[in-house]
Amino acid sequence: MTQTLTPTQSSGASGVEPTKTPWWEFFTFSVDHKVIGIQYLVTSFTFYLIGGALASVVRAELATPDSDLVDPAFYNSLFTMHGTVMIFLWIVPAVTGGFGNYLVPLMIGARDMAFPRLNAIAFWLTIPAGLLLMSSFFFGPASTGWTAYPPLSILTNEHVGQVIWIGSILLVGTSSILAAVNFIVTIWSMRMPGMDLFSMPLFCWAMMATSVLALLATPVLAGAMVLLGFDLLIGTNFFNPTGGGDPVVYQHLFWFYSHPAVYVMVLPVFGIISEVLPPHSRKPIFGYKAIAYSSMMICALGLFVWAHHMFTSGTPDWLRVFFMVATLLVAVPTGIKVFSWVATLWGGKLRLESPLLFAMGFISTFLIGGLSGVMLGSTPIDIHVHDTYFVVAHFHYVLFGGSVFGIYAGLYHWFPKMTGRMLNEFWGKVHFVLTFIGMHLTFGPMHILGLQGMPRRVAQYDPQFAPINVICTIGAFILAISTIPFVINAVYSWFKGEQAPDNPWNALTLEWTTSSPPIPHNWVADPVLTTGPYDYGEEYKDARKEAIASSSSAA
Amino acid sequence: MQGSITPVTATNQEEIIHDHAAAGHAEHPDLRVFGLIVFLISEGMLFFGLFAAYLTFRSVATSWPPEGTPELELLLPGINTIILVSSSFVIHQADSAIKENKVKAAQLWFLATFIMGAIFIAGQIYEYQHLEFGLTTNLFASTFYVLTGFHGLHVIIGLSLIATVLVRSLKSGHYSNTSHFGIEAASIYWHFVDIVWIVLFLLLYIL
Amino acid sequence: MKKNNLISIVVIIGLIFAASIWYGRNNGLLPVAAGDEALLYDGLFNTILAIAFGFFLVVEGVLIYSIIKFRRRKGDETDGPAIHENLSLEIAWTAIPTVIVMWVAIYSFDVYTAMQGTQDLGGMAHGGMHQTVAQAGYERGGMPMSKATLASSKSDGVLMAGTLPAGGDDVVAIDVSAMQFAWIFNYPNEIATAELHVPVGKKVRLNMNAVDVLHAFWVPQLRIKQDVIPGRSTYLEFTPRVVGEYPVVCAELCGSYHGGMRTTMVIDTPEDYATWLKEQQEIASNDPEAIVANHPASNPVSQMSEQEYLAGKVAQLDSDRQIKHMNH
Ligand code: HEA
Ligand code: HEA
Ligand code: CUA
Ligand SMILES: [Cu+2]
Repeated sequence: MTQTLTPTQSSGASGVEPTKTPWWEFFTFSVDHKVIGIQYLVTSFTFYLIGGALASVVRAELATPDSDLVDPAFYNSLFTMHGTVMIFLWIVPAVTGGFGNYLVPLMIGARDMAFPRLNAIAFWLTIPAGLLLMSSFFFGPASTGWTAYPPLSILTNEHVGQVIWIGSILLVGTSSILAAVNFIVTIWSMRMPGMDLFSMPLFCWAMMATSVLALLATPVLAGAMVLLGFDLLIGTNFFNPTGGGDPVVYQHLFWFYSHPAVYVMVLPVFGIISEVLPPHSRKPIFGYKAIAYSSMMICALGLFVWAHHMFTSGTPDWLRVFFMVATLLVAVPTGIKVFSWVATLWGGKLRLESPLLFAMGFISTFLIGGLSGVMLGSTPIDIHVHDTYFVVAHFHYVLFGGSVFGIYAGLYHWFPKMTGRMLNEFWGKVHFVLTFIGMHLTFGPMHILGLQGMPRRVAQYDPQFAPINVICTIGAFILAISTIPFVINAVYSWFKGEQAPDNPWNALTLEWTTSSPPIPHNWVADPVLTTGPYDYGEEYKDARKEAIASSSSAA
Repeated sequence: MQGSITPVTATNQEEIIHDHAAAGHAEHPDLRVFGLIVFLISEGMLFFGLFAAYLTFRSVATSWPPEGTPELELLLPGINTIILVSSSFVIHQADSAIKENKVKAAQLWFLATFIMGAIFIAGQIYEYQHLEFGLTTNLFASTFYVLTGFHGLHVIIGLSLIATVLVRSLKSGHYSNTSHFGIEAASIYWHFVDIVWIVLFLLLYIL
Repeated sequence: MKKNNLISIVVIIGLIFAASIWYGRNNGLLPVAAGDEALLYDGLFNTILAIAFGFFLVVEGVLIYSIIKFRRRKGDETDGPAIHENLSLEIAWTAIPTVIVMWVAIYSFDVYTAMQGTQDLGGMAHGGMHQTVAQAGYERGGMPMSKATLASSKSDGVLMAGTLPAGGDDVVAIDVSAMQFAWIFNYPNEIATAELHVPVGKKVRLNMNAVDVLHAFWVPQLRIKQDVIPGRSTYLEFTPRVVGEYPVVCAELCGSYHGGMRTTMVIDTPEDYATWLKEQQEIASNDPEAIVANHPASNPVSQMSEQEYLAGKVAQLDSDRQIKHMNH
């Protein structure tokens, strides 16, 4: 495969000012996938700040063993809303709606998603969902955890809050299904001529796997929500043992969705990492096919591991054993990815700027979360640590150290493309260092807490755990502070930052062939495939030189 | 670069941009049927989840249906089932007709399907009114109403799709052998509703 | 050069192995193991932790090495080598984790059946399997368990709830009732207490029921936990090993004072246990309600009828009391 230099399409190259997306379009029902992508990212990041603010209150309460800052009942609402906001209004919309929408059409050489209007509808469902959820703070927000296990969620005092919670989950769920339909059809049918599945960037593979999971799993959650809603509002007894119902059935339905949901939250991030590493380490991605297949493997296995959240729920033994084996097997495809990334870095020319720093940060912290996940996957181990801070540590390592780090890596990488401006590198490094330290300080010690005997979801705890909790709380405040340099950097750079070239990282995937930011229909003329997505490396140097020569004569 | 762009001159650039903006969907093949099928897989999972829940309730319960649940009448739902299942064949005729550009025939078949669907819903309502248990009587009753209710909702959506197609087909030239997404979509959806009913009927009434 | 590379790789792998095994044995992350099952648990935990720690060292090591060794030098505009794949390497890092993971699954299964898998799978795990556990436990720094101990954990068969712990080596069966936000332990002869007492060295069986919502019985020092589910009974079995006082924690979110739903489990010497049982017997025959009423957390709860719970009236307890209870 050869590399050609592309005549890029900023004004300089073609001599005509390309049409630009006007700013007000970002506040309308736009059907442009790039506008929708940015709408998703900005909206979900706002919810991240809200979710983080809630977490800060949680951590402040936990600084002392007594329940002194907030009422214990309200404490339950705090972590319920924190978990719900973070998962349903931050990570899921950011990685699928945000990055997925922005990047997939650009990467496969399409002008837009297959169903642009459906895309816009999916986005605009998340806004009422978020507002609805926030409104429940006026009525007593849901307080039964983001898992909302019955019978507690049926007998709860916060009846209205729980109903609102169900409503907003149904809305984001619908949004998620519509988006999944759109991605599957787009990736399957809208690839540009000449791009087969195996010359697609890995991010698109990841989005495919993610969308299949969302498509198959989300409706089951919707079913659970509807049944729970009936129990709450009409007095049926699906999940209420007093009327012959079975609370464990709810757990099955809930986790049938919510386990795959964790891969929905991380697969696109795996994709981001696979995109960020090669251009910043100047090497091809190592083991393209293995990474692509491992996404599909994770997708397939991910559908059959849900009961590992229910090892103590009184499920029969054979079920626990089956799910233990399936769960442990997920380590294999994930390991393939991790090792391939590390091999990509090996021998490269690492440009240690914010995108690569966050990507490497992702690998190092996600690894810890994954390994603690494998420990949890072993049934007897999980029985001791289930519903303790060990689990809290696990999922913050994969969700914060994984998803959030990956999102940051993606934001630093594509910010120039999205906005046409560069982010400030110095503040990016500050952001990284603070986040990295804060993250380990907050969530690392939680492993010990859980193993030693501190349950999760408690406002009051045994004083022997106080010192470690203080460390966690300090870490959480560092994390809160760490977002400040990022927010300021992003907002300032968006308006006043240094103008970004079309291809600041010398990257090869198709989104870098158009202007920064891209024009409304992505390219002025149809893009043509000339190389694989990851043909970096010294060996291509001569070919590249030739290509430069030929393409400049063509232009 | 993974790709490059064919160089464009200043003069035709405007034109191309304009073309793409105006072209909208026309530039790629019609993917709406594909999209609908993918969406129906998702819908299928919704029913799958509810069925699985039903089966679990059933297998955990000591007796099923719980003591004292009145027997379900089989005659009316049986007739209803026959009507709904045959309507699937009827709507298929419409699909075939339009592919041969027989708009009138397609309209008639659609009308027939609509009537059959409406009879099904009427039968369902009649059954609801004459059942001796209510939504909250017991677990069986609740699952019965939720499953059939959910399905009934889908029948009603299907009916409104059919009605929409019928109204649109009044405009001459709206549907033809080359452009008939509406007709195809409505019939695919209708088949789906039908299949779900068959499973549901077996689970609730027969098993 | 080539030979040097090989030597250093072997040395590094050796060091990683040594470090992992050392950490697995000396992590000190778990509290006292107060039951026989806890020893099995610790053996398994230490093993998996060692494996995880090994992978941790490998990956983090390569990352740090790369940052130092492969960072771009100033002015270097070249690319790295265009290596796309390496089949044998990829096969290795697929096969090795697969084998490890399967081994972990078998070992876990074995420990699981020995610890509490008394239900359907009981019969399947005899013979060879136990040897694995015993050996592995031994190798990895866990206590070697005698085969007899392990086998007994599943040969007890079905027990009647509430049977008297009639002398000899019978099983101590205790009925546990969980409610917002208290535990009540029912011993034979109408004894009801808020504190759990069990004799050391004897197998204990808890038959658990919940009154209102889900709770979970957890004693960290026993490494066992089980949800307590309304409308369905669940049970736990364990063999206390070390005399002492341990917390009983509710591990399933059950409402506002979920965090305060704690009590104490006392592992008594057989003599102390007998004495305690006798005391309780006397109190119970005088006033059956006394013990429960004495317990600060259960006091308001016990005065409520079941109907009140089911109507969703979550007991609003005085929070001061809760904290006092917690810290007692
Ligand atoms: C992004 C989200 C995410 C991801 C990716 C994961 C990944 C994994 N999770 Fe996690 N998990 C959550 C989010 C996530 N989880 C959340 C939110 C909860 C709690 C929900 C709640 O209760 O509120 C949870 C809870 C949870 C539980 C239940 C705990 C409990 O409540 O008792 C379990 C148990 O099995 C588990 C297991 C795993 C496993 C095995 C993986 C694996 O996919 C990890 C695989 C990765 C690796 C293993 C690392 C790399 C691999 C190698 C280097 C290869 C070699 C390794 C070995 C051979 C060991 N998770
Ligand atoms: C992607 C998901 C995600 C993310 C990113 C986070 C991020 C954080 N979480 Fe997590 N958390 C969950 C998902 C997530 N969480 C879930 C699912 C649960 C389980 C809920 C349940 O049990 O039901 C949970 C539960 C949970 C608990 C356990 C509560 C309990 O069981 O009692 C704790 C405790 O420390 C915690 C802390 C934190 C902290 C400190 C952060 C920090 O990383 C946050 C850092 C970010 C900020 C701090 C934002 C900074 C904002 C500003 C600077 C602006 C300030 C604005 C205003 C004041 C208006 N979380
Ligand atoms: Cu009982 Cu928590
Ligand atoms: Cu899971």
